[in-house]
Amino acid sequence: MLAIQMRGITKRFGPVLANDRIDFSLEQGEIHALLGENGAGKTTLMRILYGLYHADQGEILVDGHLAHIPSPKEAITLGIGMVAQHFTLVPPLSVAENVVLGYTKGLRFDPGAAQQHVAEAAARFGIKTDPAAIVRHLSVGECQRVEILKALYRNVRALIMDEPTSVLVPQEVDVLFETLERLRGAGLSVIFISHKLNEVMAVCDRITVLRQGRVVGTVDKAATSQIELACMMVGRETFGVTRRGESPQGEARLRLESLSALDRKGLPALKEVSLEVRAGEILGLAGVSGNGQAELARVLAGTLKPTGGRILVDNRDLTGADPTCFLVAGVGRIPEERHESMIGELSVAENLVLECLDEFTRNGLLDRRRVRQHGEQLIAEYQIKAQPTDRMRTLSGGNVQKVVLARALSSKPRVILASQPTRGLDVGATEYVRDKLLEQRDQGVAVLLISEDLDEALALSDRIAVIYEGRIMGVIPAGEASKEQLGMMMSGAWEVTRGETEN
Amino acid sequence: MAKLRIERAAAPLWVRPLIPVIAAVITLALTATLVVLAKANPFEAYYYFLVVPLSSWVSAIEVLVKSTPLLLTGAAVTFAFSAGYWNIGAEGQLYAGAIAAAWLGTVLHEAPALVAIPIMLLGGFVAGMLWALPPALLKVKLAVDEVVTTLLLNSVILFVVSYLLNGPWRDPVSGWPQSPEIAASAILPKLLPRARLHLGFIVGLLIILALWFVLSRTSLGLKMRATGLGMEAARYAGVNVGRAILTAALISGGIAGIAGVSEIAGIHFHLIDAISPGYGYTGIIIAMLGGLNPFGVGLAALFVGLLSIGGQTVSRALGVPAYLGDVVQAALLLVTLGAFIFQNYRIRWIADEPRSLPPLPASAENDLETN
Amino acid sequence: MEVFLIGLIAATLRVATPLILGTLGELFAERAGILNLGIEGTMFCGAFVGFVVGGATGNLWLGVLAAIVAGILAGLLMGLLSVRLGVSQHVSGLGITLLLTGLSLFGFRLIFGEPRIPPSIAPFERLPILSQVPILGEILGQYALTYIALALVPVCWWMLYRTNFGLQIRAVGENPEAADAAGVNVFLTRYLALAIAGGLMAAGGAFLSLAQLGAFTYGIIAGRGWVCIALIIFGNWQPVRVLWGALLFGGVSALQLRLQTTGLDLPYEMFLALPYLVTIAALAVAGRNATYPAALLKAYKRE
Repeated sequence: MLAIQMRGITKRFGPVLANDRIDFSLEQGEIHALLGENGAGKTTLMRILYGLYHADQGEILVDGHLAHIPSPKEAITLGIGMVAQHFTLVPPLSVAENVVLGYTKGLRFDPGAAQQHVAEAAARFGIKTDPAAIVRHLSVGECQRVEILKALYRNVRALIMDEPTSVLVPQEVDVLFETLERLRGAGLSVIFISHKLNEVMAVCDRITVLRQGRVVGTVDKAATSQIELACMMVGRETFGVTRRGESPQGEARLRLESLSALDRKGLPALKEVSLEVRAGEILGLAGVSGNGQAELARVLAGTLKPTGGRILVDNRDLTGADPTCFLVAGVGRIPEERHESMIGELSVAENLVLECLDEFTRNGLLDRRRVRQHGEQLIAEYQIKAQPTDRMRTLSGGNVQKVVLARALSSKPRVILASQPTRGLDVGATEYVRDKLLEQRDQGVAVLLISEDLDEALALSDRIAVIYEGRIMGVIPAGEASKEQLGMMMSGAWEVTRGETEN
Repeated sequence: MAKLRIERAAAPLWVRPLIPVIAAVITLALTATLVVLAKANPFEAYYYFLVVPLSSWVSAIEVLVKSTPLLLTGAAVTFAFSAGYWNIGAEGQLYAGAIAAAWLGTVLHEAPALVAIPIMLLGGFVAGMLWALPPALLKVKLAVDEVVTTLLLNSVILFVVSYLLNGPWRDPVSGWPQSPEIAASAILPKLLPRARLHLGFIVGLLIILALWFVLSRTSLGLKMRATGLGMEAARYAGVNVGRAILTAALISGGIAGIAGVSEIAGIHFHLIDAISPGYGYTGIIIAMLGGLNPFGVGLAALFVGLLSIGGQTVSRALGVPAYLGDVVQAALLLVTLGAFIFQNYRIRWIADEPRSLPPLPASAENDLETN
Repeated sequence: MEVFLIGLIAATLRVATPLILGTLGELFAERAGILNLGIEGTMFCGAFVGFVVGGATGNLWLGVLAAIVAGILAGLLMGLLSVRLGVSQHVSGLGITLLLTGLSLFGFRLIFGEPRIPPSIAPFERLPILSQVPILGEILGQYALTYIALALVPVCWWMLYRTNFGLQIRAVGENPEAADAAGVNVFLTRYLALAIAGGLMAAGGAFLSLAQLGAFTYGIIAGRGWVCIALIIFGNWQPVRVLWGALLFGGVSALQLRLQTTGLDLPYEMFLALPYLVTIAALAVAGRNATYPAALLKAYKRE
C-alpha cells in the first residue's frame, strides 16, 4: 500500500513553472530521495505536500484517500512532517517547549511534564537530546535532532528532510543517517531532498530525479549508479567552463595574516586564518557551509571587524577599515546574498553608482545625467535585461547578479572577493559569471572564490584552500587536488602541514 | 464556476493614484456615523467640513495658517523616515524650538528684524537638533531603538516647559504660567493685512522644496534613501549609514524646531504649555499620507490643515464637535495605510479552479532560487 | 515620619495601579511581537467609556466592563492593521492613539458639551473593612481595582509561563515562522494577545476616571501610556520586574506630590521626568543586549 501519492502536481510562480505535472509516490518504510539541481523544483514540491504552498493543479492521496492540505497543520494531522533547511525553532525556549509547541491540549502548560514526555519520545526513537536545554545553546546538529523529534512527537509517519546535510559536518551526517535508518526500521518513511549523489546512494532506497520542474524518472538504488543519476540530474555534460592554462604567478595582492573574527553569536568563527592571493590567480576556498566562510566574506567586505590579525591589500593594512576603504583600495566584492547587497526600491542606475558615489557628485549634487549614462553603459556591456530607471526588485535573479558583477568589476578592482557567485543561478547565468571571473584572472586580478560547490572550486581555481571550523586546513594546487583529499580536509580529518603547502 | 481570486502581485498602475481617493471616500463614509450621532446631516456636514472653509478668503487663509506648522513637522518626519530613522519625537523637538524662540525673542529686543528673525530660525533649528541628538546618538552608537527614546523625550520636554513656566519664566506681571512676550522685531512678519498668515508659511514651503531637492538631487539624499530602503546593502556598498542616519535625524529635529519658532514668533508671541496640540504626531500622519514624497507631504499638510479648520466650521454651523477633524485625520491615516497594502495585490476573475488559492508568500520568489 | 511613610506607601499603590494594568497589557502585546503604541489612546478611551457608562448606569463595575470591551475592540483594530495587513507597528499604533483620543473627545463634547468644570461622579470607594485595620488601614484600604491589578501580576505570569496559550505567545513573539511551522496560529495568537492587552490598558484608564479622580478631564492620561512603554523595557519584559518598575515610578510620583505640599521649593518636574530619563539611560546601558522579543516590530506574512 502506498503511503503518499502525488499526481500531476503543477505550480507556477508568476511566469516560472516550478512544478510541471509531477507524479511522485512514497511507500511506507522507505527512504526516498528527491534528487535535482538547485531550482529543479524539489523544495516547491515538498512545500506543497506539507501545505506551505498550494498546487495550481493536481491531487495528493494519503493512504489512498484524497487529501486536502491547506496548511502544515493538516499535513501533520495526516502524518506528514517536514524539517526545513532553515530551522524553525524558537531560540529562547527549551528543547521540550519547542517540541510540544503547537501540539498541546488544554489550558495548563507543565514544563516538568513536557520535559518528561519529550525525553520519553526521544528515547523511543533513540535520539540523543536534553529536553531542558535552551535551544539557543545547541549546535546545528543538535538543533536538527530537535526538529526531527518535533515531527516524531506529532506522530508523523512520513518525514520530509530538506537538504539536511548541507549544514552538517561529516560526523553529524553519519549520526543523521543512523537516525534515518532507525526511523525506517520503525516503519516510517523519509523523503530526503538532496543534490549530493553520494549521500543519496548511501542512505536511500529509491530515488526520484527532478529537472527543471519535471520528473526525469524514479529508480531503485540497487539498479542505478552515481553516473546514471548525474546524467539524469543535469542532462548535459557536467561542465562547460574550463581554465585557460596557467597564468604567470604575480605578486601577492591580498594577504591575510592570522585573521580571527567572531560570528553573530559572539563565538570564534575565524581562527588565525592566513592566506595569500596572488595577482592573476583564482584561489578557491572550499568547505562545508558554516565553517567561517560567511564571516571571512564579511571581514573582507569591511562589514565585520576582525578580533585579531591583519588584512593587507597591496601591502596596505586594511585591518578593521570600513567598506569604503576596501573599495578605495581596489577590492571588488560579489556577495553571497546578492539581494542584500542591492536595494530593491532604488533604480538599477542608482544601485550601480552606490559604491562610487563621489565620482558622480559635484559640490554635493548628484550628476544625474552621468548616473544614467553610467547605468546605460553597464547594462549594455553586461547584457542586463533592464532599464536604468527600473526598480532593482523587478529584476530576475540572474540579472541581479549581473548588476552585482557590473558594479564590482566596473571599478577595475585589483582584488575580487566572490562568495558563492553562482548559487541559485540558471545554467546560462552561471557560465556567464564563471567566464567573467576567469576573464578577470587572465587580466591579472587576484580572485578569492569562496564556494561550497567543490566542482566549481576545482574547475575555476588555480589553488584551493580548505576551511574547517574557521581554520585553514591547507592550500593545494588545484591540479594536484583530488576530491577525496579535499573531502578529508573539509571534514577536518586531515590537515596539510605548513611547508608542505606553499611552493 | 468563476471565482474572485486575490493574488500577490503589483496592482495595475491605474489603481495607485486612486488608492488615496478611495481611502478618503471610505474614511468619510465611516465618520458619517459620528455626524449622524451628532444629529446632523452628513452631506451638509461634509459641505461645511470640506467646502465652506475654502469658499471665503478669510477661512481659506486660516487653513494656510493651520497648515504652517504641519508643513514643517511633516517635512521633519519625512526627512527622518526616508533614512529609516523612526523619529516619533517631532513633538518634543518642536517644543525645543519653541523654548529657544521664547528665549531669543526676549533677548533680541534691540536687534532689527532682519537680524533677529534669521537668528530666531537658526536658534530654533539648533535647539530642535540638540533635542534630537541624544536618541540619534544612542541609535547610531549603541543601536538603541529610537522609537521609544524619541517618544519618551516628548514627555520630558513638557516637564521642562512646565518647569520654566512655573518657575523662572513665569510672567511677572500677570502671574500666569506664560513667558514674557517676545520683542516686536523678533515677530515673523505678516504676509497679508488683517490675517494671521505669517512668514512661517513661506519658510514651510521653502523647506518642502529643500526636502525634495536634497532627497532627489544630492548624493546625501541618495545615501539617506539607500540607508532607509536597505541599510545592510547600503553599508555594504560603502555608505556610512551611521552618518546618514545621524544627519537625517538632526535635520529632522532642526526642522521640527523651526515649527516651534514659527508658532511662537508667528502666532502666540510667548511660550505657553499648549503651543502644540500634537503637531509633531500629526506630522507623522502627514508624512505617511504623503507617501514620504515631498510634494505629497506638502499637499497632505494643506489637506490636514483644511480638516482642522473644517472641524471648527462644522462645529459652529451644525454643533458637531470640532474633534470631527481629529477623528477624520486619524481614520484617514489608518484607512490609507490599510488601502496601500492592496497595491501589492491584484484581483482577478478566474474560471473553474479546483480551489481558491491564497496569495503567494513573499518569500516564494527567493525559494525558487534557493530550492 | 511614620504617618508620612504610611501615606506615601498608600499613595504609591494608588498611583501605580493604572500603570500596572497598562504595563501588563503592553506586556502581552510585546511578548507576542507587537509594539502597541495605541496604549495611550486606549487608556484614554477606557477612561472615557468607563466614565460615561458608569455614570449613565450608576453601576461603576459596568463602566469598568464597558471600558474593557472598548479596549478589546481597540486591540483588535491594532491587530487588523499590524497583524493582518502588516502595516508598520509604530504608525498604526500612533494612528490608533490619535483616533481613539479624537473619538473620545468627540464623544465627550457630544455628551457633556463644553463644561467649565469637568463633570464628575461618585467614584469607587476604598475597601471599607480593610480601612479600619489599625495603623496599616490607610495602606490596606485601597480600591478593589488596585487589589485586582496586583493580583493580575501573578496571574499574567502564570498565563505566560504555565499555560499553552502563554507558550504560544512567547513563541510567536520570538520566531513566528517557527511557531507557524509547529502548527501555532500566529495571527490568532497575536489577535488574542492584543485583545487581552487592549482590555487591560482600558481598565487602567477606567481606574483613573472611576476610582482615582471620579471625573473625566482632557489630560486624564497625560502620557501614562508612554510611561508603561518605558516600564516594560525597564522591567525587561518580565511581569514581576515590570511590577517593581511600576511601584518605583508610583513611589517617585507620590513622593513628589508630597514634597510639593511641604512647601519645599523643589523643581518637582525633575522628579516627574526622572523615570523617562532613567529608562533612556537603562536602554543605553543595556544597548544591544536589551532582550527585546526577537520578532518585535516585525510583521508576519504567510497567507
